[in-house]
Amino acid sequence: MNESYDLVVIGGGPAGLAAASTAARAGLATVLFDENPGIGGQIYRGITANPVRNRAILGEEYWAGTALAAEAKASGATIVNGATVWSLDASLAVGVSVAGRARTIQARRVIVATGALERPFAIPGWTLPGVMTAGAAQTVLKAQGLLPNGRTVLAGSGPLLWLLAAQMLRAGARLEAVFDTTPPLNWSRAALYLPDFLLSPYFKKGLALMREVKRRTKVRAARHIEAVGTDKLREVVVDGRRIPSDLLLLHQGVVPNVNLAIAAGIDHRWDARQLCFVPVLDADFGSSVPGIAVAGDGAGIAGGTAAAERGRIAAIAAVRALAPDAAVPDPQSARQRLQREELGRAFLDELYRPPKALRRPEGGTIVCRCEEVTAAEVRKTAQMGCEGPNQMKAFLRCGMGPCQGRLCGLTVTELIAEERGRTPDEVGYYRLRPPVKPITLGELASLPASEAERRAVER
Amino acid sequence: MLKDAYDVAVVGGGLVGVATAWGLAREGCRVVVLDEGDRAVRASRGNFALVWVQSKGYGLAPYAGWTVRSSEAWAGFAETLKQETGLDVCFQRPGGFHLALSEAELQARADALKRLHNQPGIVQYKAEILDHAAVKRMLPDIGPEVAGGSYCPLDGHVNSLRLFRTLHTALNARGVTYLPDHRVEAITREGGEFQLVTARGTITAGKVALAAGNANMRLAPMVGLEAPMLPERGQIVVTERLRPFLHHPVVTLRQTDEGTVMIGDSREESTDPRGLTIGVSATEASRAVRMFPLLASANVVRTWSAIRVMTQDGFPIYDQSESHPGAFTVCCHSGVTLAANHALTVAPMIARGALDASLVGPFSARRFHVQAAG
Amino acid sequence: MFKRLGDTGATLTLTVDGKPIRARIGDTVAAAMLAAGIDHCRTTPVSGAPRAPYCLMGVCFECLVTVDGVGSRQGCLVPVAEGMKVETQLGKREAGR
Ligand SMILES: Cc1cc2nc3c(=O)[nH]c(=O)nc-3n(C[C@H](O)[C@H](O)[C@H](O)COP(=O)(O)OP(=O)(O)OC[C@H]3O[C@@H](n4cnc5c(N)ncnc54)[C@H](O)[C@@H]3O)c2cc1C
Ligand code: FES
Repeated sequence: MNESYDLVVIGGGPAGLAAASTAARAGLATVLFDENPGIGGQIYRGITANPVRNRAILGEEYWAGTALAAEAKASGATIVNGATVWSLDASLAVGVSVAGRARTIQARRVIVATGALERPFAIPGWTLPGVMTAGAAQTVLKAQGLLPNGRTVLAGSGPLLWLLAAQMLRAGARLEAVFDTTPPLNWSRAALYLPDFLLSPYFKKGLALMREVKRRTKVRAARHIEAVGTDKLREVVVDGRRIPSDLLLLHQGVVPNVNLAIAAGIDHRWDARQLCFVPVLDADFGSSVPGIAVAGDGAGIAGGTAAAERGRIAAIAAVRALAPDAAVPDPQSARQRLQREELGRAFLDELYRPPKALRRPEGGTIVCRCEEVTAAEVRKTAQMGCEGPNQMKAFLRCGMGPCQGRLCGLTVTELIAEERGRTPDEVGYYRLRPPVKPITLGELASLPASEAERRAVER
Repeated sequence: MLKDAYDVAVVGGGLVGVATAWGLAREGCRVVVLDEGDRAVRASRGNFALVWVQSKGYGLAPYAGWTVRSSEAWAGFAETLKQETGLDVCFQRPGGFHLALSEAELQARADALKRLHNQPGIVQYKAEILDHAAVKRMLPDIGPEVAGGSYCPLDGHVNSLRLFRTLHTALNARGVTYLPDHRVEAITREGGEFQLVTARGTITAGKVALAAGNANMRLAPMVGLEAPMLPERGQIVVTERLRPFLHHPVVTLRQTDEGTVMIGDSREESTDPRGLTIGVSATEASRAVRMFPLLASANVVRTWSAIRVMTQDGFPIYDQSESHPGAFTVCCHSGVTLAANHALTVAPMIARGALDASLVGPFSARRFHVQAAG
Repeated sequence: MFKRLGDTGATLTLTVDGKPIRARIGDTVAAAMLAAGIDHCRTTPVSGAPRAPYCLMGVCFECLVTVDGVGSRQGCLVPVAEGMKVETQLGKREAGR
C-alpha cells in the first residue's frame, strides 16, 4: 500500500467496484478499501469465494456480480480487504486500519461507496438473541452457505424481504410464517407512480418473486410484531397471535449508511420519500466537500445495478478532474442506464414506506441497543424541551455506544420530530466524528503529530 | 404564560445557565431559560467533568478560595439534586492527580504549585508532589514512564452529562420555562423591565442573567456590561466501557461511572467545533498509553471537540450592571466545578438583586481595566 | 439456529470458551458460532442482557467477542483460523484484555 493515491474508493460493493475499475483503467492510481474479508458488498456478498453450489438459490442477479468483481481485479486497482476506514476529512486524508495497524493515506479524490444498512426495526424484544435482520440471514447464506434451522419467522416489508424469502425457500428452508407489514393504504399512494414502475426492470422481477414466495408459503398481513423471551427468543406475537419461534428475521427496507460521509463534513438532507438522510450531491455525485463523491446506495437507495452506474459516473468525473487527457467511457450511457434503473424507485418507495408504528416505537421498547435507551425515555426527554439528537445524546447516551447511532439515529430523529412537532429535517441527525469505526487507543497513539499538535496537549 | 410573568430570564441553557436557573427557582423566582438549538456550541456537552481544585488560582488568588468553596458544597448539591429528581450525578471526591511523564514535567509541576501557594492571601489546602512509587500505590496501573505527579485530596469528578440532564429535569419539575431555539439577538430595558429579542418572539423579564458562555462577549454590552472572551478548542477521546480500574481522576484521564475512559484535553486556538485534528487525538492517546499501558488495546469509540468558554484571563466574571440595574453576568470556564456555587451562592444573590462583593467582588470584569491601567 | 447447506469446503477447529467447534474456511467467527448453535456471544455492559449477532454486516456491534485474548472484536468481520480462541464477552471489557 502506498502513502498516497489519486483515488481512494471506500467500500467494495457494486458502486465501489465499478468506480475503482473505471478509474484504474483510465490510469489513476487507485486503491479500494473494504472492511469485509471479501469484495462484493452486501448484494454480491461472498462473490469470489461462494460456498453455495446451486446457482439457482441466489439467482442470476447475484451471479452478475462475478463480472464486476473480475473487472475490478483486472483493472489494476489495489484492493485491500479487512481494511476499515475510520476517518475522512476535507483535506482528503483517509484514516484506515488494516490488521490492527492504523495509518492515514492521502488522496487526491475520494469516492465514498459505503452502501446501505437495514432500517432500524425497533419492536419490543428486538434485542433478544434469536432476532436478526433478514439481511443478516442472507449474508450468511451468501458468504457461508448457512440456512436457518428451526422455527423461523420472517416479518417486515420491502423488495428485499421477498428476495430473501425466495432465496431461503429455494435453498430448502422451512418458514413458519411470513408477515407482510406493508400498510394497505400505501397502494393508493404508490399507484400514482405505477406507469413508470411498469416500465422498470423491477416490475417483472418483483412480481415473479412475490408469486414464487406466495406459491411456497403463506404470507399474511400484519401490523404489530413483538419478540418475546427472557434470555432468547421464545415466541413471536403478531397482532395478538402467538407463534413459538427460534428465529425472527426482520426487515423494512434499507437506508444509506451515512456515518463516514457525515463525519467527513458532507451536507445531508432529509429525504421525505425514503425517510432517511441522504447526502446533497451534484450530477456527478460530488458532495459539498470538494474532492469527495458519494456513490451507490450511500447516495440514496436505488439498488445494486444503479449503484454500479453511479460508481462509474463518479469515477469518470474523478478521472476528468485529475487526468483530463485520459480516455474514459462516455458518462452519458451510464446516466441513461442509471435513469432506467431509477425509474421504478418512486413506486417502490411509496409502496414500501414503513408504517409509523414500526418506525416510531413507544414505551419500554429499546431504541438505542448499545446504551439500552427506551422510546419512553426519548419521548419524555423531548417533551422536556430537548429539541435535537445531539442534546438527546448528551442527556440519555443514545448513539454513544460502539455502533455510533447506526441503529438508533433515524428512530431518535423521528421520535423527537413527533414529540416536538417538527420535521425530521429540522430536527437533524447526530453530529458524527472520527473514528466512525472503533480503533484501539494504541493505534491512535501511533499516528504522527506535528510539533504544534503535540504542544496543544503537553502542558 | 403572561408576557411579563418572569422574574428572571437566564440567557444560556448550558451548565452555568441551568445551575443558576435552578438556584433562582429554589429562591421562588419565576424563571425562563433562553437557549440556542441542538447544533449550538455547547461546552456542557463536551467538558471533562472534573470538580477540580489543584492548580486553580495562579494570578488571582481569590479564585482558589472560590473553587474550594464549590468543591466543599458539591456533595450537598448532588444530594439535593438526587432528592429532587431521583437521578444520581455520581459526584465523587477521591482526590485527583496530575501525572508527569518526565522529571522535567514533574519539576515544572512542583514549581507551578509552589508559585500558586506562595501568593498572598491564598486559601491553604493540601496538594503534594509524589514520586513514581508513591503514585503507584494509589494508581497501580501506571506505566514506567510516569515520573510522579501532584495529588490533591479535594479533587473529584462527576458524570457531567447526567448533571446536565439532571438540572434540566429539575428545572422542568420546578416549572421553569425552557425555550430552546431562542437565540437572543438583542436586549433592551424599558419601563423597569428587560426585553429579550429572539427570532421567535420577545420575552420580558424583571432581571436578566447572562450565562451564554462565549456569547456573553456579544450580549454583555447590550446591558452595560462587558465580558472579554478568548474561546479555545479542546479535543477529547473516549474509549468503550471497561471494568473499573482507575479509582482517582487524573487531570487528563478519568474513568467514568459508566466505565468509559475519557482522555483529554487539548488547548487549540481554533474555534471551529466541527473540526478535529488527528495529530492532537494521537498525542492525547499516546500520553494516555504511556501513563496507563493497559489502555493500548482499548477501543476508541468516540472523539469530540468542544469550544471552551474562556475569559481573556481565564478567571470567572460575575458582574452586575450599573447602567441597567437587574442585569448580571455569570461567566466562567469551569462550569462543572463551580456548579454548586452558581446554584447555591450566585443565584440567591441575583434573586436578591445584588452581588455580594465580599464573595465575588474580585471577579468583576472591571479587573481588566485595572490591569490595563497598571 | 442455522445449518450448513452442504458440506462444502475444508474445515478447521477453533474453541469457544474452551469448547472446540468445527468451522469452515471462509466462515467469520460470528457465522461459525451461529452454525455451532451458540445462542449468544456476549452480555451487555449496561444491563448484562445476553446478545447475539444482529446484522452480520459490521454495523450493529452486537457480535463483539474476545478473539485470542483481544476483547471487543467484531465477530462478523473476523475470519476464523485454525486454533483460534474465542471467548464470549461478559459485560464490560477488562482493561488490558
Ligand atoms: C443486508 C443487506 C442485504 C441486501 N441484499 C440484497 C440482495 O440480495 N439483492 C439486492 O438487489 N440488493 C440487496 N441489498 C441492497 C444492496 O445492498 C444495495 O442496493 C447495493 O449493495 C448497493 O451497493 P453499494 O456499492 O452502494 O453498497 P454495498 O454493497 O453495501 O457496499 C458497501 C461496502 O462498503 C464497506 N464499508 C462500509 N463502511 C466501511 C468503512 N468505514 N471502511 C471500509 N469499508 C466499509 C462495506 O463493508 C461494504 O462491503 C441488500 C442490502 C443489505 C443492507
Ligand atoms: S453482527 Fe452486527 S456488527 Fe457483527
